[in-house]
Amino acid sequence: MIVRNVDVAVLGAGPAGMAAALAAARGGADTVLIERESHLGGILKQCVHDGFGLVRFGEKLSGPEYAGRFVRMVREAGLAVLTSTFVAEACRDGDESILMLVDRRGVTELHAKAVVLATGCRERSARQVMIQGTRPAGVMTAGAAQYYVNVLGYLPTTRCVILGSGDIGLIMARRLTLEGAEVLGVFEAKSIPSGLSRNIAQCLDDFGIELHLSRTVTRIFGDDRVEAVETAAVDEKMRPVAGTEERLSCDGVILSVGLIPENEVAEALDVPIDPATRGPLMDQNGQTQVLGVFVCGNASHVNDLVDYVSESGERAGAAAAAFVAGRRTRRLLPVIADSTVLLYAVPQFVDMDAPESGAVVYFRSREELGVTVVQVTAGGETVARHRYQHLRPPEMERLEIDLSRIPFDITFLNIGTESVAVAEVKS
Amino acid sequence: MRKLTCIVCPSGCSINVNQDVDPWSIVGNLCPRGIDFARKELTNPTRTVCSTARTSFATVRRLPVRTRGEVPLASVRSVMSEISRLIVDREARTGDTLIEDVVGTGVAVVATADLADLMEEEDCDGRPICSGD
Repeated sequence: MIVRNVDVAVLGAGPAGMAAALAAARGGADTVLIERESHLGGILKQCVHDGFGLVRFGEKLSGPEYAGRFVRMVREAGLAVLTSTFVAEACRDGDESILMLVDRRGVTELHAKAVVLATGCRERSARQVMIQGTRPAGVMTAGAAQYYVNVLGYLPTTRCVILGSGDIGLIMARRLTLEGAEVLGVFEAKSIPSGLSRNIAQCLDDFGIELHLSRTVTRIFGDDRVEAVETAAVDEKMRPVAGTEERLSCDGVILSVGLIPENEVAEALDVPIDPATRGPLMDQNGQTQVLGVFVCGNASHVNDLVDYVSESGERAGAAAAAFVAGRRTRRLLPVIADSTVLLYAVPQFVDMDAPESGAVVYFRSREELGVTVVQVTAGGETVARHRYQHLRPPEMERLEIDLSRIPFDITFLNIGTESVAVAEVKS
Repeated sequence: MRKLTCIVCPSGCSINVNQDVDPWSIVGNLCPRGIDFARKELTNPTRTVCSTARTSFATVRRLPVRTRGEVPLASVRSVMSEISRLIVDREARTGDTLIEDVVGTGVAVVATADLADLMEEEDCDGRPICSGD
């Protein structure tokens, strides 16, 4: 077995991992980028729709174009890249992480001083949403349908319903319609949509596809292949309402019911996970509770914009290089989110010893809110504050904190809404 | 009063347009692009069409493509049928024109990935290998 040493190992060559590897190499670290697929780019390869890169590149790019720009940068930087390589096992050994890599040559034991987890997220599957009935072919996640259509060139359904109103489901409603399939409707059990408003406008409204809120798929019919589904209205407690059932003939059920950070390797490295984000607890540079293990992108929490995924990758990569170069001390202040108004806020900690004076906090609101002021406070002092036109759970918001404004004796930060200001603005 | 959702950026502003006054009253947009969007949406709505094209290469079934600019919303279906007739038989690169003027819109259809990159598959030593189908 081959044994190799490296400063920084980046796992996953999607938009987060490529940005992290570039930043780590720029920071002077001997870096290797590890990808299980044969090509770089991650899920962007199959996201042929546009809308990526508005923040970073100032133009609307398709997924492959956005990925392509990073792939070129990775090549130009001459980074060490291992494709078609799996991490079969991971463990900690003293201050280092050991990754067992499997590729066509066999097994390599990679000793990394720092690891950046850029493993992305997974779609919630049919087994994770309770639907009664048999398990015929034709039930698939929106991402699987996207792979069939955009990469393989197969149309996996001719007439389907979409369960859940996540962005990929909305994108696939349009994509399947354009390729000639009939989309009978999008069914969302919640009373508000999960996807971005603009995707409801350009993916559903443009094509006359109906969005049914507070309505879900209750049964799937069919033995070998989906033949029909039963939909029903649900009450506030998400229980189907008797008498509202409707049967629809179709050969496909496309699921867009949520994404979960992928953290199998993180768990193997004993990284504590936040139940709110389902990603690791981390500081503003993505360093987890395990020194030398960093996380970025959708592995840390599910983002709506790839631009911010790359941004988090850059921060994690640079911090991993700094860690390898000898930065070890941390002074962590917990960032406590007001859970009555916020679904979550990340990072969960700020490291006051980090040399950068700024930190970016991302958060989602629990419910739809009108004009709202969100602030970060340290003791009695407001250290960051921003007024938002509206807050919606599907839309992640971003707030920059100037760490130099935080008094030294502070032991934690709070993030929440400023209720007085809201009342003033509304009047 | 028309209510629109701006699709220019992910903010997705909800814009109200009153067409009964001259000039139209347009409110709800966070930036000036929302005003241009609202005007265009109510006179000549346009969209970028993104899709994939067939290729003549066995290992790359589809090449991602899109219209270089926006085309009238009403022509999206006919743009799609012209794209579906396209077969890419050369190693097109990102930005290469595949259809000069799609269904008379004056807008080109371009590749959004490098076909050669999609094809190439290397082993761990960087030697190209034959990818199975």
